[in-house]
Amino acid sequence: MNNKYYGKLIFEHSRQGRVGYSLPENNYPAECAMQLPEEQKRQSGTLLPETDELTVVRHYTNMSNNNFGVDTGFYPLGSCTMKYNPKINEELAQLPELNIHPQTPVDAAQGCLGIYYQTQQMLSEIAGMSEFTLNPYAGAHGELTGLMVIRRYHEHNGDGARVKVLVPDSAHGTNPASAAVCGLQVVQVKSLPDGTVDVDDLKTHLGPDVAAMMMTNPNTLGIFERRIPEIARLVHECGALMYYDGANLNPMLGVCRPGDMGFDVMHINLHKTFSTPHGGGGPGSGPVGVRKGLEDFLPSPRVIKSEYGYGLDYGKESLGSISYHLSNFAVITRAYCYLLSLGKENIPMAGKLSVLNANYIKERLKDYYQLPIDGLCKHEFVFDGLRAEYGGDHHDDGHVTTLDVAKRLLDYGFHAPTIYFPLLFHEALMIEPTETESKDTLDEFIGVMQKIAVEARDEREMVRTAPHTTPVRRLDDVKAVKEPHFTFKAFQS
Amino acid sequence: MAKVIEGLYYAESHEYVRVDGEYGYVGITDYAQNQLGNVVYVDMPEVDDDVAAGEVFGAVESVKAASDLISPVSGTVVEINEALEDEPELVNQDAFENWIMKVKLSDPAEVENLMDAAAYEAICK
Amino acid sequence: MFKYFPHTADDVRQMLDVIGVGSLEELYAEVPEELKYQGALNIPSAMSEVEVRNAVRSLAADNQPVEACYAGNGAYDHYQPSVVPYIASRSEFSTSYTPYQAEISQGTLQYIFEYQTMMADLTGMDISNASMYDGSTATAEAMMMCVANAKKRNKVLISATFLPQVLDVVATYAHYHGVELIRVPEKDGVMDKQAAIALLEADDVAGLICCQHNRYGLIEDFSGLADACHAHKALLAINSVAADLAILRTPGEWGADIACGDAQSLGIPVGYGGPYIGYLCVKEALVRRMPGRLVGATTDVNGQRAFVLTLQAREQHIRREKATSNICTAQGFMCLYVAAYLSLMGEKGLREAGQLSYAGAHYLHDALIKTNIFEEAYPGQLYTNEFTLRLKDGVLAPLFIDYMLQHGILAGVAVAADQVTIAVTEKYTREDLDRYLELVAEWPEERLFFPMTQADLDEYNKEIETMTEEAHGKCAGCSCENA
Repeated sequence: MNNKYYGKLIFEHSRQGRVGYSLPENNYPAECAMQLPEEQKRQSGTLLPETDELTVVRHYTNMSNNNFGVDTGFYPLGSCTMKYNPKINEELAQLPELNIHPQTPVDAAQGCLGIYYQTQQMLSEIAGMSEFTLNPYAGAHGELTGLMVIRRYHEHNGDGARVKVLVPDSAHGTNPASAAVCGLQVVQVKSLPDGTVDVDDLKTHLGPDVAAMMMTNPNTLGIFERRIPEIARLVHECGALMYYDGANLNPMLGVCRPGDMGFDVMHINLHKTFSTPHGGGGPGSGPVGVRKGLEDFLPSPRVIKSEYGYGLDYGKESLGSISYHLSNFAVITRAYCYLLSLGKENIPMAGKLSVLNANYIKERLKDYYQLPIDGLCKHEFVFDGLRAEYGGDHHDDGHVTTLDVAKRLLDYGFHAPTIYFPLLFHEALMIEPTETESKDTLDEFIGVMQKIAVEARDEREMVRTAPHTTPVRRLDDVKAVKEPHFTFKAFQS
Repeated sequence: MAKVIEGLYYAESHEYVRVDGEYGYVGITDYAQNQLGNVVYVDMPEVDDDVAAGEVFGAVESVKAASDLISPVSGTVVEINEALEDEPELVNQDAFENWIMKVKLSDPAEVENLMDAAAYEAICK
Repeated sequence: MFKYFPHTADDVRQMLDVIGVGSLEELYAEVPEELKYQGALNIPSAMSEVEVRNAVRSLAADNQPVEACYAGNGAYDHYQPSVVPYIASRSEFSTSYTPYQAEISQGTLQYIFEYQTMMADLTGMDISNASMYDGSTATAEAMMMCVANAKKRNKVLISATFLPQVLDVVATYAHYHGVELIRVPEKDGVMDKQAAIALLEADDVAGLICCQHNRYGLIEDFSGLADACHAHKALLAINSVAADLAILRTPGEWGADIACGDAQSLGIPVGYGGPYIGYLCVKEALVRRMPGRLVGATTDVNGQRAFVLTLQAREQHIRREKATSNICTAQGFMCLYVAAYLSLMGEKGLREAGQLSYAGAHYLHDALIKTNIFEEAYPGQLYTNEFTLRLKDGVLAPLFIDYMLQHGILAGVAVAADQVTIAVTEKYTREDLDRYLELVAEWPEERLFFPMTQADLDEYNKEIETMTEEAHGKCAGCSCENA
């Protein structure tokens, strides 16, 4: 990363008369020239820049130098599983032979369909499910699709009155939002002091109006929900289904499968567990898996295999269609390459090493940062800010906050952990190292986190005004909302 | 310490109502504005909307939080505080002066279900 | 060990010692034994890089080679300047997350800001969000915005001339979201405007969603629609093919409140359906109802202009179940494709590409009619780069597609038993189109040996229709049109 700010917008490079493209000459007969009725023509000019090719290349290259990615440095962003994105995946996802049109007849698209089908088969085995659809575009889209499967199942059983979804209070905000989009009402289930689901509270909510219970395991605190068999039994006894949010699947790889824990429907984030790049927020991919008996409710089309090869199926029990075609195919290809590279030998190691890395950081930092829940964590854990003796005393108005620690980390060349989530703690700092980081990197990170704690005690103002060396300094969030500028028009004179 | 004013009625969800004859002025309390931080937007109802006690009538947003507004009273909205459209930060400056909506009360006795200043002060501690 | 796992045996032992457990297995001590997976997963063994490459290449070879692609239907094989994938290969962009830490994410934030500017400008709207999954889900989000905005109305009108894939997705969202979706019928291949206006009369409609470049490739005329919608307090949403917008009247100019659609046509490969990028743009008054990420300009403590995610209080992670949508994604990486593409092409390049596509399509269309094998399906209607023809003499459209595919050409999409929709872009020259026409001229007469009767064709079309309807069997009990 380059800490000198580039900051120019492409519109500021525009000079009338420059071009950055070349197209074939228009040698069609005159009668083919464009003729549009006046009222159908664009009435106004555009803001699009006029630039030459090198200017464009330099512009985006300079911008990329102000960006932090996994390839730049350690990215311990809790709940996001920022593992290494292998390069062979990139190479193969861009094979020209795979770049075919989505409306290519299935007989001519057997290669693409094969990648899709084999990926869905491997995910089913890893998750302990009967079948996966890879159609959802992202994790949130997978959640929505999974909830649609559940509603479709209840509708099919003539049980349409089930409109409530139980969600632990530690859940990610996407869970309730997905439920609401799916027309379901969210009921929060309390957590115990150890961060796990309060089963007694859960019991009070169970009844004939419950459609599903949505959980992650390990949960958002990185704690394994030990009572999961009992929870699954109670939920099933009341006629509802168990939904597994695959955000935290990584540590469970090859060790404990959601299907074996009693979950009926789940989604996976290929961009977390299966190494596809996050791309600055997308494209992701959120495959949805179901246990035996629920396959027919999956979205259309389903990719099937028969004696004639791979095909597409539009079953009448399907919940409907949720994507233009078969979703983010190039993302699926990357995950397929990852699965082939790791194979059955290395997949369980990924999970175990992610847990090793998380626990190692936790143990070495818990004397500096407040650890609200002690004991073994899985792939991630949460600190509740700095310990009081290191400037984190909440009762002191000038205490050093989690935001300050996060910003100071940027000065040292690390990405910040996830902050202020989960909401159970005031100063949450959520760390997920992933298995692809070496002990050397972790030691360096630990050293910096310890140093920041000492700085927070001894040089408080400096930490509170961090970052100091990044391309830009702390930004004015309030101004961004109160004087909103969403386009370059704001800067045109 | 958060300011609490005598003579107003308070809800557990931190809205207040100041009763003036058959009308009630509804806003969020000083405690609530303090918890939210810099208020950047107030989502207000429209004049003539009906509101019911216990139901959502709008929302307040700060940069990193948003909170639903729950009406402490029932009735019809007769006025909204238009000043908040351009200057939502007025809520931070004086939450009691800068009410959000004026409601013609359909059941003036309803306010007896709300807390008085002393009771509200107790839950803010 | 393994190339993606840097731990030496020594590292592992030292780390276990710090944690105070004896083995990696002990890290799972709290997981009940009966839940643990025993044995090896039934998936292939680890492969070396050479083997992975061979395996994927061998599968890719199962796709039939296609030299030229004239299929459209929402995904267009436009020319992509070599600079676009080159810029997109920079891993500082691709391996980053959503730009929460603005101080070290200005690259992502800046290109999204550029994308927002470009899309708002192309659509003629005030504000664009930082993008959606694809055009079909962006249209579904537009529908949810309409009902969120209307508060007390849950009826939304949608033109029947949308691509079936888009209609299906919107119908699915409508069903589960509790929206009553009513299809406005088509007339002569375009939406029946009078029918739409009549449906608005009841004053209970939250919004009308139309498509500018429709399922047959026809360009629709929306004059008078915005006024009709607004008179009845309904929103107007227009879905366009992004690449058309440099030449066609924009949603903003038609008076729309929402513009939505797919921007795949701006520099993104057809890629077997994705990743693409949905766009969603609105008039300023609707910004707080808009789902998705939004990047804004602000300053840092030194007064330096910089960019940041803003208006986050609209979004799912804060509003939870009260948010308009559950979307977390910004198809960030695809914004980069679009921004780089539009930077290179500019207005002039986009118009020129549009003119070439138009001319190519009209050239091919007219020549195909002259072969006497095809006839116009919607005579007299306006189209730009995509059109629909009917095969004469009871010849099935899939036969034509199959024949052309044997010669390495995806000739179009068989959209009905005897209809094919064909798209032309600037990527294909007049010489390429002449090759297409040569193959058509050489199409053996066998095609005529087993002609379908009109009754056969109707039966076939009904089957396709039923298949789609069955996919919507879910709508029993719902009042939307699929019931």
